[in-house]
Amino acid sequence: MQNRLPTTYRIASVKKETADVQTFTFEVSLGARPGQFGMIWLPGVDEVPMSIAYDDGKQLKITFFAVGDMTKELAKKKEGDLVGLRGPFGTNYEWKKGQKLALLAGGYGAAPMYFTAHEAIKDNCDVHVFVGARSKDHLLYIDELGSLKGVTLHVATDDGSEGYKGYNVNQLSEMIEGGESFDEFLACGPEMMLKAVSGISSDKKIPSQLSLERYMKCGYGLCGNCVVDPLGIRLCIDGPVINNDICVQITDFGKYHRDDVGRKHEF
Amino acid sequence: MRVYCARIKLMNLSQKILNVEFSNPTVLASGIWGITASSWKRVVENGAGGITTKSLWIREHKGHPNPTVIANEHWTLNAVGLPDAGPQKAREEIGEYLKDKPAPLIANIVAGKVEDFVAIAEIICGLGPDFLEVNISCPNVEDECGKPFACSAPDAKKVTEEVKKVSGDVPIFIKLSPNVDDIGAIAVACAEAGADGFTAVNTFGPGMAIDLKSRQPILANKVGGLSGPGLKPIAVRCIHDVYKATGGKLPIIGTGGVHTGEDALEMMIAGASLVGIGTSIGERGQDVFKKVCDEMNEWCETEGVSEISELIGSMSE
Repeated sequence: MQNRLPTTYRIASVKKETADVQTFTFEVSLGARPGQFGMIWLPGVDEVPMSIAYDDGKQLKITFFAVGDMTKELAKKKEGDLVGLRGPFGTNYEWKKGQKLALLAGGYGAAPMYFTAHEAIKDNCDVHVFVGARSKDHLLYIDELGSLKGVTLHVATDDGSEGYKGYNVNQLSEMIEGGESFDEFLACGPEMMLKAVSGISSDKKIPSQLSLERYMKCGYGLCGNCVVDPLGIRLCIDGPVINNDICVQITDFGKYHRDDVGRKHEF
Repeated sequence: MRVYCARIKLMNLSQKILNVEFSNPTVLASGIWGITASSWKRVVENGAGGITTKSLWIREHKGHPNPTVIANEHWTLNAVGLPDAGPQKAREEIGEYLKDKPAPLIANIVAGKVEDFVAIAEIICGLGPDFLEVNISCPNVEDECGKPFACSAPDAKKVTEEVKKVSGDVPIFIKLSPNVDDIGAIAVACAEAGADGFTAVNTFGPGMAIDLKSRQPILANKVGGLSGPGLKPIAVRCIHDVYKATGGKLPIIGTGGVHTGEDALEMMIAGASLVGIGTSIGERGQDVFKKVCDEMNEWCETEGVSEISELIGSMSE
């Protein structure tokens, strides 16, 4: 049952992933599936959407970058401090038993992709995770992903400090040109990465599910802030995980996003 | 000889209000899913007979930080704070929608001062909406704008008067507040000033919710407007009061807790010509408009009501 009322819970543990990234664990579950998000509330500051990085029915994790006003304040919180949670909201990634999946994880996308891989291997999927980051210091969830049986990890860094030099999407593309095939792509990361995945998906006629990120307020379909053109669909209800054949119909995709007052901004 | 007759649908949900044709009485309420042309079109695809835009300001206006919309199984509380990008965006989105206008457009305007109401009214009426809805009753901007105009008959009358001077051919609907002692008196004052209709009512309260462990109010604005099915009896009474006070002469868009077709019919019997739906999208889904219309159809067929308009204001006193 989706919870729409922010309720605070105590942080059970804090893990510093990289210079700007932390993971908070809570002894509570929202019943989230991979791809879904929660609305994370820092009382007195703000409440923002975040991908659920992990939820096993007992414990929940969020992994976040300290980039904005709210997340910078959130980053100062310690074990025992109160953070508000509600959800789960939105659509989740889906797969069929035994599928060969390519998971594209760009930057902060690594956390929900770990959650996805963790669940997909339970259905005997052959999971390949393509993790991309600026440099080796920014790679996320590498150990966790490496520890999953049935997951093949491919690492790409823009500067080549680890693994493939370049974008994870290019690494995938080269593998496909080289004869590798996949049943489906699941992607989470910056919009331009998603746009590139969409391109390969349409080109090679391989279905894909992309997690589109837009400004959100209510999280459950009333306020209209996350609606995309021209379809008029709400990304908190019909997304954030969307099939590519719908993505390609969205005018905003790869081009613009709207802010808190509804004004368009180009990417 | 037995003759098998097909069951003919005699029910007519359509009506003409102030020369505007509505295919059914359901209307998207202001503030819900109403920021862009694609949103409005999507809601019409889901069965709405008309659309009300989110409130439009004369200049960019920031809303409140989050949390802004919270709910449990009994109520919804919101303090979104009326964010809007200003007239340029309004022109763009309204222009886009009016290219093929799938259903009547009710443009909602808001302001903190009478002169700003006049300024935005002039711009928006110039774009050609079917109605102008004047939001003098939002309970969520008191820190910024003071008590809503709708809480005082002279203030409500003044806004109505001034907006009427610049609205041209566009009928103006004044959106009233339920949080007053005598809504009928407020309505009469607006009617005297030239209001063409009313929207009854805006959200209730203000109300508040507190998170126990942190001891903090949950809404960033601390207080917000209450909505949802539990508030419907107040809305119904307000609609009735406005209808009676104004002699049933001015059309009313009834809104507040409409969840089912029967709720919509109840509002019409109380005096509403159109029925606004908003919060219920959260529970019944985007096609609540279609569901409500189907339910109205079914009830009317069973009861032998063939024209929806015959129900308006038909409550026995």
